[in-house]
Amino acid sequence: MTTQEAKFQYLLRLGDSNLIIGHRLSEWCGAGPILEEDIALINIALDFVGNATALLGYAATVEGNGRTEDDLAYLRNEREFRNLLITEQPNGDYASTITRQFLYDVYTFYLYEALKSSKDETIAALAVKSHKEVTYHLRHTTEWMYRLGDGTAESHERMQNAINDLWMFTGEMFDMDEVDQILIKEGIAPDLNNIKSQWETHVKRVIAEATLQIPTYNFKQKGSKEGKHSEHLGFLLAEMQSVHRAFPGAKW
Amino acid sequence: MSSRPQRRDLLSVTEISNKMPNITADQIFQLLSQIPDPEIPVININELGILRDVKWDGELCTVVITPTYSGCPAMKVIEDDIKILLKEKGIENVKVDLVYSPAWTTDWINDEAKEKLRAYGIAPPEVTSIDKGLLLGKARHLKCPQCNSENVTMISQFGSTACKALYRCNDCKEPFDYFKCI
Repeated sequence: MTTQEAKFQYLLRLGDSNLIIGHRLSEWCGAGPILEEDIALINIALDFVGNATALLGYAATVEGNGRTEDDLAYLRNEREFRNLLITEQPNGDYASTITRQFLYDVYTFYLYEALKSSKDETIAALAVKSHKEVTYHLRHTTEWMYRLGDGTAESHERMQNAINDLWMFTGEMFDMDEVDQILIKEGIAPDLNNIKSQWETHVKRVIAEATLQIPTYNFKQKGSKEGKHSEHLGFLLAEMQSVHRAFPGAKW
Repeated sequence: MSSRPQRRDLLSVTEISNKMPNITADQIFQLLSQIPDPEIPVININELGILRDVKWDGELCTVVITPTYSGCPAMKVIEDDIKILLKEKGIENVKVDLVYSPAWTTDWINDEAKEKLRAYGIAPPEVTSIDKGLLLGKARHLKCPQCNSENVTMISQFGSTACKALYRCNDCKEPFDYFKCI
């Protein structure tokens, strides 16, 4: 694998994860539990989709086959997507959405902090920008972790259920393969073992403060790095890509 | 029908576009500084720090802009506004480049523009972009843009646009937008 191929794959991983979680959050539009939360989730969704546009645009440039960010977003099939499994999990109740977002926000907070010093200038520039936004996202989800975890008996139970259900998707966030190894050697990507220890410390602290428990099981669901997804992604793409596929090449 | 476009007008645009550009990059920068931000029309795209540079590359005019937030939906509108304004001035060979570095910061908004925001009813960003209290949830000293009271409460970190948070004044009871530091 060449550095260029590794970089393309890596950009798909970053860009697809943000695109898919951004799309998931956008499903709350008009359906948020209160108006302020509706607005907050859509603001956050916008940051992720905007960032995905830039990352996938750069992926297309790196690939050099004349594709655009829209081609990558709308004309790939499920097995070609490289988003983390946690990002495609359904919204569920508000506890599930907040927990999914919190676990991913802590990940992106430390990942983009590390990517700020990437030797690839474009990745570094996008990381600087993203990290500012993610800081706001993380503050928001952290407040909700406390509010719901340390809230009523019902909100506590729902939060604990959400953590139990989603925990199995967190392990693969730190898996490394040839793509990572090549880019670590080039100084383009960080060693995910470092991100893992920062993530674990942070997540464990907040979950404990929110009077919640880390699950005791060790099972880890994985596969996104090879394009193996849960059944949820296909349905998400069917909706997200339907207009573009029905009217190929349509412009606003 | 009188509403039909007149051929004479169409020709005059063509004539202008065939002329060599006779305007410097600095002059174009000043010209584009008239364009208001689509979502906060009280300040322009230069005051907001979105307009970064104008360059002539032969006969191609390149305008460099940067987004406030990654997904700011106003960027496309701003790009169109730039092209329309330049076309009116007879400059049609225009490329608008979107750059991400250096990352946009509220530090680029000067005091004069901040005063315009305040007068418009938006509490301007504080001096530093590094909001150290952000993750710790520390209170900030904001003033209500209506009555100057510091007795304010944050309603939501996310407001009507990506760059604003929603606050309420506990004295005059008015809700207001706060331009977030980033």
